[in-house]
Amino acid sequence: MAYVPLADQDHELHDPHTFITKYVWSQDHKVIAIQYGGTAIFVGLVALFLSAMMRLQLGFPDTFTLIDPSSYYQAVTMHGMIMVVYLLTALFLGGFGNYLIPLMCGTRDMVFPFLNMLSFWVYLLSVIILLSSFFVTGGPTGAGWTLYPPQTITPGTPGHDTGILLMLISLGVFIIAFTMGGLNYVTTVLQARARGLTMMRLPLSVWGILVATILGLFAFPALLVSAIMMTFDLTLGTSFFMPAIMAAGEQLDYNGGSPILFQHLFWFFGHPEVYIVALPAFGLVSDVLSTHARKNIFGYRMMVWAIIAIGGLSFIVWAHHMYVSGMNPYFGFFFATTTLIIAVPTAMKVYNWVLTLWEGDIRLNTPMLFAIGFVFTFIHGGLTGLFLGNVVIDLPLSDTYFVVAHFHMVMGVSPVLVLFASLYHWYPKITGRMMNETLGKLHFWCTFLGTYAIYLPMHYLGFLGVPRRYYAMGSTDFIPESAQALNANITIAAIFVAVAQVLFFINVFWSLRNGKPSGNNPWGATTLEWQTPETPPKHGNWGPEMPVVHRWAYDYSVPGYHQDFIPQNVPGDFGVSEDHDHDTEMKSPQDA
Amino acid sequence: MSFYKNVTSKPWEYSSPTLGSGPESAFELPSERIALTIFLVVVSVIFSLLAVTYYLRMDLGDWVPMSDPNLLWVNTGVLIVSSVFLQFSRNTAQGENFTKARNLFLAGGLFAALFVIGQFVVWEQLSASGSGISASAASSFFFLLTGMHVAHIIGGLYVWSRTTFRFFNKTELPAVKLSIELCTTYWHFLLVLWVFIFAALTNT
Repeated sequence: MAYVPLADQDHELHDPHTFITKYVWSQDHKVIAIQYGGTAIFVGLVALFLSAMMRLQLGFPDTFTLIDPSSYYQAVTMHGMIMVVYLLTALFLGGFGNYLIPLMCGTRDMVFPFLNMLSFWVYLLSVIILLSSFFVTGGPTGAGWTLYPPQTITPGTPGHDTGILLMLISLGVFIIAFTMGGLNYVTTVLQARARGLTMMRLPLSVWGILVATILGLFAFPALLVSAIMMTFDLTLGTSFFMPAIMAAGEQLDYNGGSPILFQHLFWFFGHPEVYIVALPAFGLVSDVLSTHARKNIFGYRMMVWAIIAIGGLSFIVWAHHMYVSGMNPYFGFFFATTTLIIAVPTAMKVYNWVLTLWEGDIRLNTPMLFAIGFVFTFIHGGLTGLFLGNVVIDLPLSDTYFVVAHFHMVMGVSPVLVLFASLYHWYPKITGRMMNETLGKLHFWCTFLGTYAIYLPMHYLGFLGVPRRYYAMGSTDFIPESAQALNANITIAAIFVAVAQVLFFINVFWSLRNGKPSGNNPWGATTLEWQTPETPPKHGNWGPEMPVVHRWAYDYSVPGYHQDFIPQNVPGDFGVSEDHDHDTEMKSPQDA
Repeated sequence: MSFYKNVTSKPWEYSSPTLGSGPESAFELPSERIALTIFLVVVSVIFSLLAVTYYLRMDLGDWVPMSDPNLLWVNTGVLIVSSVFLQFSRNTAQGENFTKARNLFLAGGLFAALFVIGQFVVWEQLSASGSGISASAASSFFFLLTGMHVAHIIGGLYVWSRTTFRFFNKTELPAVKLSIELCTTYWHFLLVLWVFIFAALTNT
């Protein structure tokens, strides 16, 4: 038997006594998850504020003079990088991964708790380095979140010296933090599951987080390599990515580097990154939908294999981000084909979510609303992806607002809706109290309808040819006056949605004290995290006895059982086997 | 075929758990070894990507090969000796000879440190002879590849120093046996990696 010290042996568990070891230098996965989550949400708010600045400039260019062109580019860059890496990746994997993996797998903690703690503190360091670039001379980098050379480090780009250096260092530090966390997540899922919890009995949340973590472990090295090489170009005068180039009338000291090489490396990371964010969202939303529809997830095995297939395919589609960078036409053909193929497992997942809802006993509470909202936004964002995946359609639409609308729908709004669904769903387990339903539903409708008001018109702006990343449109022949009116409307909707998030924070803090006590299992869910002896779970999670798993994670509405759910740790076969009459009267577990 | 059985199982059908004392695990290995294996895969990805960029850059037409310092051969020898010492230490640790295992382990680490010093000397020589990091694309890649490799050796030496520390604190061999084994695996991996890097650098 494998030797896993912390998973099943209480006496080997790190035992905190003081306030500091309990809540600050904590090795408890639940505390680390909250630290990760809190930090990620904080930087997310910074990025949200930056997007409000950008929208005010775009919607009312003559009214507000809050930002100049340089700070507009800095806002674009920092908004993108923070949202993708420091908010979504960190919150899904560092936050939910940390909280849910040990609880859903029925262990007392991660396999390497010290490494886990270190992962958070290194992540915090990367956030501090990133945010410090707001306060240095020249400000943060304004090169766009893709950091394409050569303009990233040529004079004239905002933050071309200190800002970009801090960004690159911060990314490197983040990758170290992620690797430490990732090794932990993968090893814990592989090696420390509760007795009886086979891989094919895992909740889809764990599957999503596991495969996303593996993707991250394989994809982040590409970003690390490109960050290191660009740092060399910046500080040591090498020419990895920098061609011979003139800047501001002067010949720079670079010679022979290849900017396209950077793009390949960047997108070899960048495309899997989309799925590093999406796969945990797929997993979490599956569990939320299944629980609140009181039905088993439709096609569990298909869902697992779709997650794995998407993960694999995500490594061979990267160059569809580079159709306009110039490439061999056969290359474009290959990447367009793989891009369309990856839509197949993704569509299977969408069908399965819808079929899970079909004839379910649907409870339209706040987490369920957010989960169903996700299915809508994800379908819309995914469909525009089919357009952009084709070379001939991508060429005219590239670098327009159509692209902005596409990726915000598919990897901005959709994962964020899942984050909200998950936060509303697991908040009772984290705090022991329910969140306010009325406020929650108000928050949902403002967010859901508001995001459509923002992003639907953007598709149309893209068709008109309005380019993205422009500080101001000026007077352009092909852009009608009405486009500006549309832009103003988008800004109003964006500000509305941004302000509506206050409802969520009010709810979180109000419910902490005044929420209805939730009990151990308020939703009637089957998975292990809801079966802990205390809520919120104490240090070590399970009390003296470790859980033993007898069934898969989706035994909802099993005919013949006295409840509409059977927790994973309940022994006994209550299923109606084929030779039984389906209309047998209700059995209690003792009879069965 | 347990793998086939796993992936074709129907999780919705009831089956009682097989009894056992510990948790379910995919591999009958210590978790630390699993984590190290995953980490080595990550490191392999990093160096594969570096190799790909290296060969792509070489194809760009203006590539001027550089001559490699002879000291690299000496350093390679030092790294091999280091790996051999660790392997002996690992073998000794299977028995009971604590002092011998410790001394071999110490020797292995010291030779790795010697390798790091040797690489710094190589860089110094190159810079002095006008082939510094920014002199040409070939020298940039030389510094990048060797630098990344040395960074990983230094990381290994950090773990080595912690294990050494445990050697002097605890007197029982089983407590450090796993650490010795994992260090040895890492050392061998970095040696193989170095051989590949060395081959790539000399064949330009």
